Amino acid sequence: MSRPQPGWTVVCQLTDLVPERGAAALVDGEQVALFRVGNREVLAVQQLDPYSGAHVMSRGIVGSRAGAVTVASPMYKQVFDLRTGACLDPVGKEPQHLRTWPVRVEGDVVLVGTAGALVDALVAPLATPATLDATEAP
Amino acid sequence: MSRIPSQLVVVGGGMVAQRLVEAVRARDEDRAWQVTVLAEEPRAPYDRVALTSYFSGRDPESLALGAPQLWADPLVTLLRGTTVTEVDRDARTVRTADGRALRYDHLVLATGSRAAVPAIPGADLPGVFVYRTLDDVAALRGWVEQEAARRGRPVRGAVIGGGLLGLEAAGALQALGARTTVVQFGTHLMSAQIDLGGGQVLRRLIEALGVEVRVDTATSRIRPDERGKAGRLEFADGGRLDVDVVVLATGVTPRDELGRAAGLPVGARGGVVVDQACRTQDPHVSAVGEVACIDGACIGLVAPGYAMAEVVVDRLLGGSAVFPGADTATKLKLSGVDVASFGDAFARTPGALEVVHSDPATGVYKKLVVSDDARTLLGGVLVGDASAYASLRPMVGRPLGADASAYLLPAGGSAPVGGDLPDDATVCSCNNVSAGTVRAAVTEHGCTDVAGVKACTRAGTSCGSCVPLVKRLVGEQLTKAGVAVSNGLCEHMALSRAQLFDAVRVTGLRTFSEIMQRHGTAVAGRGCDICKPVVASILASLDDGHVLDDERAALQDTNDHVMANLQKDGSYSVVPRIPGGEVTPEGLLVIGQVAKDYGLYTKITGGQRIDLFGARLEQLPQIWRRLVDAGFESGHAYGKSVRTVKSCVGSTWCRYGVQDAVSLAVLLELRYRGLRSPHKLKLGVSGCARECAEARAKDVGVVATDRGWNLYVGGNGGFTPRHARLLAEDLDTDTLVRTVDRFLMYYIRTADRLQRTAPWIDEVDGGLDGVRSVVLEDSLGIAADLDEAMARHVEVYEDEWRATLEDPEKLRRFASFVNAPTTADPSLAYVAERGQPRPATPDERADPAVLIAGTTLAVRS
Repeated sequence: MSRPQPGWTVVCQLTDLVPERGAAALVDGEQVALFRVGNREVLAVQQLDPYSGAHVMSRGIVGSRAGAVTVASPMYKQVFDLRTGACLDPVGKEPQHLRTWPVRVEGDVVLVGTAGALVDALVAPLATPATLDATEAP
Repeated sequence: MSRIPSQLVVVGGGMVAQRLVEAVRARDEDRAWQVTVLAEEPRAPYDRVALTSYFSGRDPESLALGAPQLWADPLVTLLRGTTVTEVDRDARTVRTADGRALRYDHLVLATGSRAAVPAIPGADLPGVFVYRTLDDVAALRGWVEQEAARRGRPVRGAVIGGGLLGLEAAGALQALGARTTVVQFGTHLMSAQIDLGGGQVLRRLIEALGVEVRVDTATSRIRPDERGKAGRLEFADGGRLDVDVVVLATGVTPRDELGRAAGLPVGARGGVVVDQACRTQDPHVSAVGEVACIDGACIGLVAPGYAMAEVVVDRLLGGSAVFPGADTATKLKLSGVDVASFGDAFARTPGALEVVHSDPATGVYKKLVVSDDARTLLGGVLVGDASAYASLRPMVGRPLGADASAYLLPAGGSAPVGGDLPDDATVCSCNNVSAGTVRAAVTEHGCTDVAGVKACTRAGTSCGSCVPLVKRLVGEQLTKAGVAVSNGLCEHMALSRAQLFDAVRVTGLRTFSEIMQRHGTAVAGRGCDICKPVVASILASLDDGHVLDDERAALQDTNDHVMANLQKDGSYSVVPRIPGGEVTPEGLLVIGQVAKDYGLYTKITGGQRIDLFGARLEQLPQIWRRLVDAGFESGHAYGKSVRTVKSCVGSTWCRYGVQDAVSLAVLLELRYRGLRSPHKLKLGVSGCARECAEARAKDVGVVATDRGWNLYVGGNGGFTPRHARLLAEDLDTDTLVRTVDRFLMYYIRTADRLQRTAPWIDEVDGGLDGVRSVVLEDSLGIAADLDEAMARHVEVYEDEWRATLEDPEKLRRFASFVNAPTTADPSLAYVAERGQPRPATPDERADPAVLIAGTTLAVRS
């Protein structure tokens, strides 16, 4: 287990997450949807599906749209960019976007950045390239 | 508009009357006209052109025309079973046989024709039928079935008249199992439409169907048998023919008696005389369809009738339309015999040349009639292969643009035509839709497929003969617009589901990544919510591995992933399998106790099982542990798979049942449980013809008969409800099961993603007949393969829920939170309604006083 870091919450082991599938987590009392994409990358968006009001985003199917890594809501099939939270296909509704959280994978540990870590998160990908694995999904 | 509408009264309730009402309601935007239709038959207008299909398993409802809402319009009244006895032109009133009087501002006579009964002695004997209305056809059917039962041998039938209608009637008798002879007065069959050469080829084709043909034969008398019904035909040449049933198909007579009695002029051979505006001598009275004598003749085809209806409506609304002239092109609707005739089929135009291709060996005769310079198409006759009909008919009167003989060669028959078809050429003559209109549906109205264009333009929605041409025009237009005409699944997969199924089956690839690498597009990447579940479904159909095995788990929609049905608040519902709807009291108690312990909302489903709502993700394994321990299995309510086999109680209890419906339903449900498919599949079994299981609303419906089972296929509910159509009759149980095996596997292999069985059957080459020939006659030589695939499914089936409960790795996915696996979703909230929980509405959530614990306080007893 890595040492506690201010602004980052240890959520689970990387092996707790199934590749190309989501899982829900409780982070500071909030419901977050984690997605393990590729081998070592984890992305986090809100678990609340803005269109149905149900907390189900982690149960959507992971996919790609023109290069973007996406999740489709299991409820009404709106498609969101997992990296930016942007709604790519509102299925005829007004676009509503998802909140995203920064995620770090250190060794086998998955950490989600909370409010205090936001600034840190902005530079994190540059500062700690070794923690990120750019390998794309098969 | 609030003014009182004018009264339009239509006498007659046939296809042309229907079209007239449709046109009024579509075009009368001010709602200035109130329409009353007086129909003599006890039903709404139906597709008389398709009458013969009533024998090949279609039911009366499937002959219905247009949208039923038409008759619900407050400005439309349909009086069925109402005969008009008198038209009083002075009082502008019609009187009916039941004593009503209706005033009109405008009257339309659409009384059609009656079947002509030739002056042959004996034509009024029992066992002699005409072929005109649904009741005629139903009576004929009843008679033939009764005679067959009485005699215990095939019924001998004769059709007097070898025209279009006579051949259809012969086909109908054949379909009923009768041995049929067609008796034609003239030199060859269909002599009004095709020439002698075509008639000779047609005769061989008809004889190949098992129908005997006598030409140049005048029937002089129909003799009664010892029971006083028709028993023998006597011919003028001294010949005789023993018969059990006779159909008269010698022509039709316009029903102009109301017009005559009202003093309106009638034509020399009958029919109320109308002008080019379809008005009779009385400006307040029009006549349309077969009763109208226009240009000196009555026309017994539906398309010109439709055109007349449009003219009348246009005039009523202040327009100046005139009758465009009759397109007398005809196509015989007889399974296995292709005949078409169009334009100047007899080369009567001065100087006309005939280009003939005749191949007696293959039974093909094709003739094009062209102008004296061989450039302009004037007409043609196609026998044995009429595939070029849809392309050639709109070209009449236009330059061919190629050597006429090129159109007649077997392979190139229809290839050259299409792209160069002028915009004003009529593609669909039933609905008068031009090529330009079809093209505009794509370019201006955004239609992207044939179904959209049909809905938008109505092209191809009546007789359907132009659908191939419409399809090609739409394809060409899409290609021109830069829209790749792709039946691919999504941006990752350019193959259709059926193509992908074949590819995967042949290559033996069994993982998503391999499949996408081999068959995906350049951007296949990680797939998406379209292609992933399709691959998962295909793999499940081919391999029958567990749906949650390995990499496949990630391909599944949440329903398949956790084997439950996602509900609107994020909770799930649980449906245990109850085969055939048969459940023991002990089973009911277990389900009830589980529901009670977990606080689940309980409802009976449409498929005779019990749905338990409000189960949370992390509760699913506990709930299923108890259900599995009590002997229940997954009901697959969550999957694109076989759902249920609904049944009535059948002969074991019911006073009327003739077969054991429940046993068969249980057998079928246990056989097909867990079978993955392009869309959900439902089956039904009824123990007698009363059909209490509503099996004909199912993809596969089985209805018991005295002699076995009748098998219906393609019944769908949903957006576009369809009744199932008869695939086979009186099957024994083994044959039934084998036929259903093949039907389901053929569907699973070749249907598109999310395509239910009814539209799939429509798209199979040859439609229902095509499906029949594959599953019953093995026309594609794949039956053994289909049988084997189903046998493998039956062999390797295992209950998904039992397997999941035994695998700790699979159980991990039921954690509510990866860092708090048993914590309930804190956002769930319920209120009580009629003693059970339901999800709280947003307003109710704001008021904690009304919320109940619902499923969140569930305790295990």
